[in-house]
Amino acid sequence: MTDAEMTKATSGFKLPFVVNIEPRVDNPPKWYSPMLSVLAVVFALLIGALVIWLGGGNPWAAYSHIARYSFGSVGVLSDTMVKATPLMFTGLACSLAFRMKLWNIGAEGQFFLGAYGASLIVLLPVLPEDAPRWLFIIVMIVSGMLFGALWGFVPGFLKARFNVNEIISTLMMNYIAIQWNNYFIYAVWSDHGFQLTRMFQRNAWLPRLSDLAETMPFFRGLTTHMGLVFALVAAIILWWILAKSRWGYEIRLIGDNPRAAEYAGISIKRNIVLVMMLSGALAGLAGMSEITGVVHRLQESISPGYGFTGIIIAWLAKLNPIAVILASILFGALILAGREVQPAGIPTLIQGVIMVALIASDYFLRNRVTITRRQEV
Amino acid sequence: MDLIIILASGVATGTVLLYATVGEIFSERSGVLNLGVEGMMLVGAMFAYKVTAATQSPLLGLLAAMLAAGAVSQVHAFITITLQADQVISGLALNFLATGISLVLGEGLTSLRDVVPQLPKFSIPVLSEIPWLGDIFFNNQSVMVYVGFIFIPLAWYYINRTRPGMHLRAVGEYPAAADTLGIGVYALRYYYVFVGGLLAGLAGATISLSISPGWFGALTTSGQGWIAVGLVIFAQWNPIRAAFGAYTFGALRRLVLDIQGPATVLGLANPFFYNSNLGFFLKMLPFAFTVVFLVIGSREAMRKRVGTPAALGLPYIRGQRGL
Repeated sequence: MTDAEMTKATSGFKLPFVVNIEPRVDNPPKWYSPMLSVLAVVFALLIGALVIWLGGGNPWAAYSHIARYSFGSVGVLSDTMVKATPLMFTGLACSLAFRMKLWNIGAEGQFFLGAYGASLIVLLPVLPEDAPRWLFIIVMIVSGMLFGALWGFVPGFLKARFNVNEIISTLMMNYIAIQWNNYFIYAVWSDHGFQLTRMFQRNAWLPRLSDLAETMPFFRGLTTHMGLVFALVAAIILWWILAKSRWGYEIRLIGDNPRAAEYAGISIKRNIVLVMMLSGALAGLAGMSEITGVVHRLQESISPGYGFTGIIIAWLAKLNPIAVILASILFGALILAGREVQPAGIPTLIQGVIMVALIASDYFLRNRVTITRRQEV
Repeated sequence: MDLIIILASGVATGTVLLYATVGEIFSERSGVLNLGVEGMMLVGAMFAYKVTAATQSPLLGLLAAMLAAGAVSQVHAFITITLQADQVISGLALNFLATGISLVLGEGLTSLRDVVPQLPKFSIPVLSEIPWLGDIFFNNQSVMVYVGFIFIPLAWYYINRTRPGMHLRAVGEYPAAADTLGIGVYALRYYYVFVGGLLAGLAGATISLSISPGWFGALTTSGQGWIAVGLVIFAQWNPIRAAFGAYTFGALRRLVLDIQGPATVLGLANPFFYNSNLGFFLKMLPFAFTVVFLVIGSREAMRKRVGTPAALGLPYIRGQRGL
């Protein structure tokens, strides 16, 4: 709406002020965008509170419960970091793809395939049972990334070769991945007919903080595992790739202006496939670290939607890999402590409202909105 | 295994996809891609079941479902049309939001013990006597199936042969020109996103009140909304092609579920009967076929140079140089 229309629209009511909206020509101040993001989160929490209250609950009690059981002590903080770890990977996976305006909605499926790839090493088995732990970890990382990348390659290739819409194809690959894993859980690796595989032997587990408890008692019972370190390293590497490397420049250019990228001689098709594969590999790492760091076996319910939450995290972090770390911790807390909040759909709702509010708030980045007192004529 | 029965229930299952797909066609034809179909269907399915349980009237349930999903769709309309945000990301957000709403309000519906009436089923007197076709299309089907049959040609006629339909296409192909001719681009886009929401709600209600009655959380739709978005591309934004795709997919879904039943198929031992674990591969098929359908649709579109409404995905900003 233009100023004239806006003034016309409000003049009938004789409001004591005028709202002026004009497209921004300059860049908004640096603090402006993070402030909007924080406001979006606050707004979403308020909506959540309203819904809890309407449902007959006590919003203050629910939120203080979430805060206490996610950040209240070293023990629960450690659990929050455990939940945040896979989210960091999927958030990074989405950030990378979205930066090129490549809509990889398939992080969930790539997560499952990463978990499958890691399990394969123990259960096939690829490595002998008593192989050293460092070897297990390295091979599982490679395998998890490979299978995740494979799951990203299919939609990437289909888009590059046949111009197949990647939103739908990545999403379909999610459903296929779940059934793929189910087949192995139910039929091939089933432990005595149960719907899970046998427990991995300990040298195929990622080291946890509690492993250090013998020398440092402070770490007793802390479940934070090495996957967190991998996630932080991945975030830094991805930040470097996107911000500093030539390839990152190509990705950003394709995302902002594909035509210019084409004139500059950058192969868009090649980058579609490569970015989808790296994005898939990152999501695969999420599955790998969750399986080897937390669950220690392959089973059905290994993800409460980590891949989908990764989409929201990427958006909340404005596709910035370092900001993904912070956003993941926030959502890790929400998923961890939100489990006991009634009604059960509240965390999903809050995630949805956060995302809607974030996207709506972008309007204020693109436009300058000023409110001035109406001049009496 | 009776092929007729499978095809008949395939038509019933396909009806859900039909409504969702044609709804999305209306929205996309006006230039607004709405990826929130799955979420809107969930809202529809939940409201239909909840209101029907409370009022004992499936008709009221149906109405509530459509209005609720239509209302939810307006969030997307506001963000993409007025605030001019990216349609893809807003559609994803709508999905999260709608899923959250349906889960919160659908709390406790799964274990509901009340009797919830369903939409009526009946046979069409003369038509059901036709050999083969009568049994597949007109024998003891849900009322929604028959409404679907009438709806397909009407939707096609509306889009391609009426004046409002022409405005709809104009707004999606060349909004600036439409604007010059005095067609309200913003209003029409709001309207057709709403129509898309209504139909997605109808699709959801068709599930929970007729095809597989009940509310099972996010499993109620189990990805059908996404398949519908895929079918729109396969259908090349044409309701008749959409109907063809929807019924084919419906039959496929039923075939996948039913093929595990009999011990022999066409005189051969049925591997899916003797090893139930192979069923997991069957369950992949509808999703794998969606990808195949997409490949077919995209190749055809490239060859024939038809397809996507030109302004699909682009916000219309009056006074800015566009297309």
